[in-house]
Amino acid sequence: MTVLFGQLFTGISIGAVLLLIALGLALTFGQMNVINMAHGEFIMAGAYTTYVLQQSITGAGLSLVVALPVAFVVAGTMGALLEVLLIRRLYARPLDTLLVTWGVSLMLQQLARDVFGSPNVQTRAPELLTGNVALPGGLTIANNRLFILGLALAAVAALTLALRLTPLGRRIRAVVQNRDLAAVSGIATSRVDRTTFFVGSGLAGLAGVALTLLGPIGPTMGTNLIIDAFLVVVVGGIGQLKGSVIVAFALGVLQATGEYLTTLSVAKVIVFVAIVAFLQWRPQGMFTLRTRSLA
Amino acid sequence: MTAVTPAPPSTAVDPAPVSAVPPSRPGGRPRLRTAAGFAFGAALLFAVAPLVLSDFRLSLLAKYLCVAMVAVGIGIAWGRGGMLTLGQGVFFGLGGYAMAMHLKLADAGPAGMPDFMQLYGQLDELPLWWRPFASPWFALPATVLLPMAVAFGLGSLVFRRRVRGAYFAILSQALAAAMVILLIGQQGTTGGTNGLTDIKGFFGYDLDDPVNQRMVYFIIAGTLLALLALARQLIHSRYGELLVAVRDGEERVRFLGYDPASVKLVAYVVAAGMAGLAGALFVPAVGIISPALIGIVPSIEFVIGVAVGGRATLLGPVLGAVAVAWARTALSERFPGTWTYLQGLLFVVVVAFLPGGLASLWALARRRDGSAAPARRGWSPLARRRAARRTEVPAA
Repeated sequence: MTVLFGQLFTGISIGAVLLLIALGLALTFGQMNVINMAHGEFIMAGAYTTYVLQQSITGAGLSLVVALPVAFVVAGTMGALLEVLLIRRLYARPLDTLLVTWGVSLMLQQLARDVFGSPNVQTRAPELLTGNVALPGGLTIANNRLFILGLALAAVAALTLALRLTPLGRRIRAVVQNRDLAAVSGIATSRVDRTTFFVGSGLAGLAGVALTLLGPIGPTMGTNLIIDAFLVVVVGGIGQLKGSVIVAFALGVLQATGEYLTTLSVAKVIVFVAIVAFLQWRPQGMFTLRTRSLA
Repeated sequence: MTAVTPAPPSTAVDPAPVSAVPPSRPGGRPRLRTAAGFAFGAALLFAVAPLVLSDFRLSLLAKYLCVAMVAVGIGIAWGRGGMLTLGQGVFFGLGGYAMAMHLKLADAGPAGMPDFMQLYGQLDELPLWWRPFASPWFALPATVLLPMAVAFGLGSLVFRRRVRGAYFAILSQALAAAMVILLIGQQGTTGGTNGLTDIKGFFGYDLDDPVNQRMVYFIIAGTLLALLALARQLIHSRYGELLVAVRDGEERVRFLGYDPASVKLVAYVVAAGMAGLAGALFVPAVGIISPALIGIVPSIEFVIGVAVGGRATLLGPVLGAVAVAWARTALSERFPGTWTYLQGLLFVVVVAFLPGGLASLWALARRRDGSAAPARRGWSPLARRRAARRTEVPAA
């Protein structure tokens, strides 16, 4: 029983990381149908931001708290720049966008290598987050995992509220549901796109801060994460968030269970097969946004 | 008083743009041109290159030509069929591993086992799934059929359910990721991160011998030409027309009564077979196959050569792939960091601003001559066929 719960929590914490990474993608992919391969490098930017801040702010806890908003703005600005300079020119060609942003991600990786060196760097975790929480029944949960779970859920909650309640959220939803009609109704769709990209990329920055708690920071850290995150969005269905949330945790648990029963490598293959099988059943993802748009 | 005589009706009624573009139409002269082109290519590969290049450079060229074979397949699947496949490394790897497994077993002798197995796996006997590869009659067909079977399996599931565009690209990339993780994880039987290395013999010939290396080069060059001929026939067949039609308007083709899923499946499977063959020939040319050669990054790098050369043309992918691979060797020897920037820039500039690749520059220059009318992409099948031949790129 303890093992079962232990595995379940491992799965949930894998899912929380996936969710944090995929949340920004769900936003940008969902709104603009654009695959941004440089999203992983925005995560990296967030992680390096934490590292840089820790050089000047000595308290590990304080620097982490400062890093969250700073990384959001840094990564978000990079995303908005990318949108303005390249992506908006390619809206009609999603596949080409994928390749172009891959090129951008290559350049950003090399930039990180030139600035910070190719070896991985490490940040210090605040003491509060290094311990474990003991639960009844001999179960322990690592504090940093708990923190990431909390951060992911907070991000989901904040994003959901922002989309539901703010004027910007209303505009974003309008553009997702029917771009042409939104434009006709007087919404400046290109400005909404830019803001969405800022927020989506900013969320990647937050994910980067969270990842510094789990492992080292390196120039290629983004590449390894991005594909899983895309799978979450594809399986979850685009245009809404709840699919991504459910799928992130489901894949996390599946991965953890598969890993427990077999090995890490076989678990990855199991996840892939499960995804292909799922898409046989629901090719448009778990939830689809019902709209009257013809596209 | 001179009356202005009207032009004779025969010329006034211009038979429309149809006759305006003779060079790319099938018929007597183009066929001759194709034959001449192939003869020229063969002369270049078989006579000029071996004479001009040193043994070292020739073996590098052999490696580039393997990449070019993958590019021919990507040109068909992506350029003509609109399927951006970011997982060709999987098929390249399947072919490569099948060949390398056979060669390792042949090196080890009838009763022996590949050297790494005792090292990592502490295995006492050969794993069951290695055994068939001892026979060349199994291993050689497997280099092509195994990738085709995997592509058929994935493709028939995915295309039937109309998973396409970016979704398909992501899935194909995830396949590459899963394959690499599997290979690394099963170190005892696959060689892990190192892959299968140190391959000495090739069907009884010693690969260290420069003469035999040259033979391998000739086999690769010949195979590439054969694949190009196959690709040309495919592109110019009725099927080729249908493939382009599916790329540009899948729903319309469906309403015409065709099944777009099977049309796409054929292109995907053919591309996979070509990648598998390339992987199989890569092994004797380079002497190694490893996860680092087939993962996410190399898989997407196969695509850049195709984009640079011109994705929808026959020769563009080959020339682009060789050029990019050559530039990579030349530059990364001296400035490793610079090459990565350049590669990124190449992706951005070519794909964003020159989607037809360098081939479109060629077509543009020819059009400037005034010899040909500007291509018009109309609704008529003929106009569309012409437009497609002209390397126009779809709004993906």
